Amino acid sequence: MLVSVYRYNPERDEVPFMQDVEVDIPAGKDLMVLDVLALLKEKDPTMAYRRSCREGVCGSDGMNMNGKNGLACITPISAVAKDGKIVLRPLPGLPVIRDLVVDMSLFYQQYEKIQPFLQNKTPAPAIERLQSPEDREKLDGLYECILCACCSTACPSFWWNPDKFVGPSGLLQAYRFLVDSRDTATEERLAALDDPFSVFRCRGIMNCVSVCPKGLNPTKAIGHIRNMLLQRAT
Amino acid sequence: MVTSVTNFGRSGAYDWMVQRVSAVVLAVYTLWLVGLIFFCPMDYAGWSALFGKTSVRIFSLMALLALGAHAWIGLWTVTTDYIKNGLVRFIAQAGCGTVMFFYVVWGVQILWGL
Ligand code: SF4
Ligand code: SF4
Ligand code: FES
Repeated sequence: MLVSVYRYNPERDEVPFMQDVEVDIPAGKDLMVLDVLALLKEKDPTMAYRRSCREGVCGSDGMNMNGKNGLACITPISAVAKDGKIVLRPLPGLPVIRDLVVDMSLFYQQYEKIQPFLQNKTPAPAIERLQSPEDREKLDGLYECILCACCSTACPSFWWNPDKFVGPSGLLQAYRFLVDSRDTATEERLAALDDPFSVFRCRGIMNCVSVCPKGLNPTKAIGHIRNMLLQRAT
Repeated sequence: MVTSVTNFGRSGAYDWMVQRVSAVVLAVYTLWLVGLIFFCPMDYAGWSALFGKTSVRIFSLMALLALGAHAWIGLWTVTTDYIKNGLVRFIAQAGCGTVMFFYVVWGVQILWGL
């Protein structure tokens, strides 16, 4: 299997380049892309990439495989290889630290902005804040996000304004707290999002939906936030 | 909250709403204009009588203002996406704004000067 991989070591290379490596795949096996990277690293130990859980839970190994973002650990090579070739690049739009490792600061800054924690000014009850099963259900499809950044780095609006547009991942989380029956900071949260960039820079391209490895739908959550903002304004 | 002084309204929700409403006005006006080709005599007298009506002038002015607002919000978005140098962006936006203002005033003059 021919693997073409993005290489860049700022201490050694002046510019990034694509390196072609022939990796032997054990016969009759459909490996995950992450396994191919491990084989590649055996050949060339200078290769750098992030990984941890190797089962689609931690969100460390988001990368661009043959043009589409995804998690290398749960993407079989049969799903990405074109003409027996795999092209691996770092997540687009973020600064590259080395090889497939990107600097996620901008992504996390946007996440921090939406205050991803429950806020409730009423006195805490003796045991816990209860929630009806119906209210709990509203969090389904939102809380599962693992912050892998596949969606935000596939979003053109995030590419052009990563410092101003919260991006699909952050907005999915923003809605997760807006819709939580136990959170009382709804008004403050909406006020912080009601500018022309934070939410309204979403142009409904839906790249985020097509790449999310957890099958989540940020565009839908963004639509809900927009409706909340419009309702608040009328 | 991201602050911006160059966008059309005070909030993203306001811009969004203006963009949608102006789009509807422009769509209706366009359909009406196309309809005219079939239902209105294509000569000077016919058009002159039509655009002499106050209702038609108001409708046209509405479409003109909608076009100005729509174009401003659209071009403001495009310039903030693609022009990263603040000064160049400001000059481009000022250029768009001037041209739009020019067209609106000129359009008013045409509508009421017939
Ligand atoms: S739908 Fe919105 S957030 Fe998702 S990729 Fe498109 S512009 Fe980005
Ligand atoms: S929404 Fe999906 S793609 Fe985006 S960060 Fe969360 S898990 Fe990853
Ligand atoms: S290694 Fe954890 S998600 Fe892939």
